[in-house]
Amino acid sequence: MHIAILGNGIAGITAARHIRKKSDCEITVISAESDHFFSRTALMYVYMGHMRFEDIKPYEDWFWGKNRINLVNGFVTNIDYRKKTLFFNDDTTCSYDKLILATGSMTHKAGWPGQDLDGVHGLYSLQDLQAMERHSEGLKKAVIVGGGLIGIEMAEMFHSRHIPVTFLVRESSFWNTFLPREESAMINRHIIDHGIDLQLETELKEIWGDRSGKLKLIITNKGEKIECGFAGITTGVRPNIDFLHFTPIEYDRGILVNDYLETSVPDVYAIGDCAQLRTPKPGRRPIEPVWYTGRMMGETVARNILAEQSAVGSTQSPVTNHQSLVTYDPGIWFNSAKFFDIEYQVYGDVQPNPPANHRSIYWEHPEGRKSIRIVYDQPKGHVLGFNLMGIRYRHEVCEQWIREQTHIEEVLPNLSLANFDPEFFREYEPAVLQLYNAQTGKNIQPASRRSLTQVLNFLKRPVNA
Amino acid sequence: MVDPVSKALNGHEASQWFLYGVLYTLAVLVMGLRMLAKYRHNRYQLIRTGSVMFFQTAFAFLIPEILVRLNYPYYDFKNIWPLNYSFFFDWNLHNLLNSGGLGIFMLVWGIVLIVIAVPVITYFFGKRWYCSWVCGCGGLAETLGDPFRQLSNKKLSAWKVERWLIHGVLVFAVVMTALVLYTYFSGQSQVLFLNSYTVRGVYGFLIGSIFAGVVGTGFYPFMGSRVWCRFGCPLAAYLGLVQRFKSRFRITTNGGQCISCGNCSTYCEMGIDVRAYAQRGQDIVRASCVGCGVCSAVCPRGVLKLENG
Ligand SMILES: Cc1cc2nc3c(=O)[nH]c(=O)nc-3n(C[C@H](O)[C@H](O)[C@H](O)COP(=O)(O)OP(=O)(O)OC[C@H]3O[C@@H](n4cnc5c(N)ncnc54)[C@H](O)[C@@H]3O)c2cc1C
Ligand code: SF4
Ligand code: SF4
Repeated sequence: MHIAILGNGIAGITAARHIRKKSDCEITVISAESDHFFSRTALMYVYMGHMRFEDIKPYEDWFWGKNRINLVNGFVTNIDYRKKTLFFNDDTTCSYDKLILATGSMTHKAGWPGQDLDGVHGLYSLQDLQAMERHSEGLKKAVIVGGGLIGIEMAEMFHSRHIPVTFLVRESSFWNTFLPREESAMINRHIIDHGIDLQLETELKEIWGDRSGKLKLIITNKGEKIECGFAGITTGVRPNIDFLHFTPIEYDRGILVNDYLETSVPDVYAIGDCAQLRTPKPGRRPIEPVWYTGRMMGETVARNILAEQSAVGSTQSPVTNHQSLVTYDPGIWFNSAKFFDIEYQVYGDVQPNPPANHRSIYWEHPEGRKSIRIVYDQPKGHVLGFNLMGIRYRHEVCEQWIREQTHIEEVLPNLSLANFDPEFFREYEPAVLQLYNAQTGKNIQPASRRSLTQVLNFLKRPVNA
Repeated sequence: MVDPVSKALNGHEASQWFLYGVLYTLAVLVMGLRMLAKYRHNRYQLIRTGSVMFFQTAFAFLIPEILVRLNYPYYDFKNIWPLNYSFFFDWNLHNLLNSGGLGIFMLVWGIVLIVIAVPVITYFFGKRWYCSWVCGCGGLAETLGDPFRQLSNKKLSAWKVERWLIHGVLVFAVVMTALVLYTYFSGQSQVLFLNSYTVRGVYGFLIGSIFAGVVGTGFYPFMGSRVWCRFGCPLAAYLGLVQRFKSRFRITTNGGQCISCGNCSTYCEMGIDVRAYAQRGQDIVRASCVGCGVCSAVCPRGVLKLENG
């Protein structure tokens, strides 16, 4: 059997690795972006000189040959699902028995006049990074449009080269569609502290170029003209599926998949940023374009393809066949990012505009660069989510509390178990507990210390595993 | 120029070795300050850097010089055999045995470090207690060497070479010392076809001078700051075996949050591919990890934590 995987990002590569672990079939991974898998999330560090491109490749180049994973660098322009054939832009073809679409995302541009001028770029691909690099030489001003995770990374990148940045954010506060008010305000302050010209409630209206087709200035919706040599478009990404529009596969914003990650076409699957779940789990979005979901989908699709393969030839009907498949289960939501110097971690359900049953205890360090928020249900009291700024928490511990619906008053005295900051760092869990006591008039006392042995006991894992 | 300092400390004119000690200590102190500034938000790095600066200044530099002034043998209380490969040499043993109570204490102290302190402390804290908190070679690597740490080779092939080399040096050191002790007690320098004086001479030149000295620091700009510690140091090999097989120390991971960015691997001075473990959510238990904590410090997603179990 030949499995073709279109896309060598985290989703496609995870699928390839997991298929190879359990099976001997032929595997081909195709991408037009780079010969080898690299970590997209680390592109900024290459620009900032922290790492070379080689350093952001998670596997050495011999890995692929040794694991018999064929790599093809080529651009697929069309797919014939009936003949099970991929067509490349150089007129070559490739046939497959099963196809995994893992084509990722592309920068979303809203159709502004001038958006295709030289100097107007998003940051998604290696080629985008090269464009940024090309324009950075002697750059006097960069404007970044869109206050999300990639936008702030881009701001940090230019800042690291002392290039003045104007940062246009449509919302009234940075990333407040995901961050609660206080955390969002903290990041606003932090951005401004870095000398970034942060313009809230400001949108891009027009982009003007000179005669040679080069970016000259942009105009905001407030009528301000800003001269700049680079305009970064970071208003979001969308699934990279334009080349599939003429093929008979069902898509909406992304390629539609069921819980087994199967598309509407037999033997074709879609995973990662390009996939859109027909029935997402409650509280989850149909497209979640993050690293972790790509990885989890890659694992799931590998299991399902192998399960189907082992069912072929047996007497099972397609229906019982489905029973051996696993459904994609992303588990409890988590994510993380870094906003300049402030690390951010979230576990569970933390909303900027919480429903009536969400209550939270929010503690912020007096210097305003660290905070802990725990969201819990009112009146039932069980914890729903953790939001951390500048403090690290242990994933497994938070997850277990959320999954087991532990009561906030049991979590708080044991909060130290979750602390994942390096040794000797100051611990703020007692302060959170104190705050809770002060707000509720209770007198709860700390019950756990920060210690790996206690954590392992709590997780019911053998201490010397 | 350093004569007055030398006179004040040990009462003699500055020797070539004294000058070397001054420069070494200055390098650790000056670059240590740079390290402190760079990691000012990381208390683990602040305390650890303070520790290597202290041990270099007090234990490696001041105390031995003062001992000499008081007519005691030159002795670095934190230098442990087999890194301190001349500890069991006849002249050193003579020296210690002929220096009264303090000399005997030094001899016993040195042996206690080897047979008790190394295994016990390493069991509780990992080899870091020595390699990145106390040791002079480590001290230089963690301060002067910091700008070069990313140059260490992360390839699997380098790891293979490392395991052969470092354990080879350990065996060499043990054999050499055994021969030297045999000669000390029996008075015979010829053991089978080996001459213990020749062997110790070869060891001193090849390992002590060329590998530890010239390659160890001279190769900072080519192979990173821990060439000696990673490929050569027999004490590191010994500590590493304890750490690998019998220690509570490990680096635990928040595996789910890893974005495979590679900062940890890049900045690991021991050339450990930390990412390979982190992205699979595995604990890192490696003989070579010196527990510098830099992987944890540079991780942008809070994935790594050094812990003592
Ligand atoms: C700058 C940046 C920072 C990020 N930081 C984070 C972060 O901190 N945390 C996080 O969770 N997520 C982050 N993300 C998002 C994360 O990187 C993506 O969710 C993830 O990389 C998507 O993986 P994927 O495998 O689905 O697709 P991709 O990595 O996009 O891989 C798809 C590949 O397929 C190739 N391809 C597509 N179509 C074709 C075709 N027709 N022919 C040939 N090749 C094709 C593409 O060129 C691409 O190489 C970040 C993204 C960016 C851009
Ligand atoms: S630095 Fe952190 S996020 Fe990056 S690869 Fe290492 S463990 Fe993963
Ligand atoms: S693994 Fe981390 S703590 Fe260990 S030596 Fe490497 S960087 Fe230092």
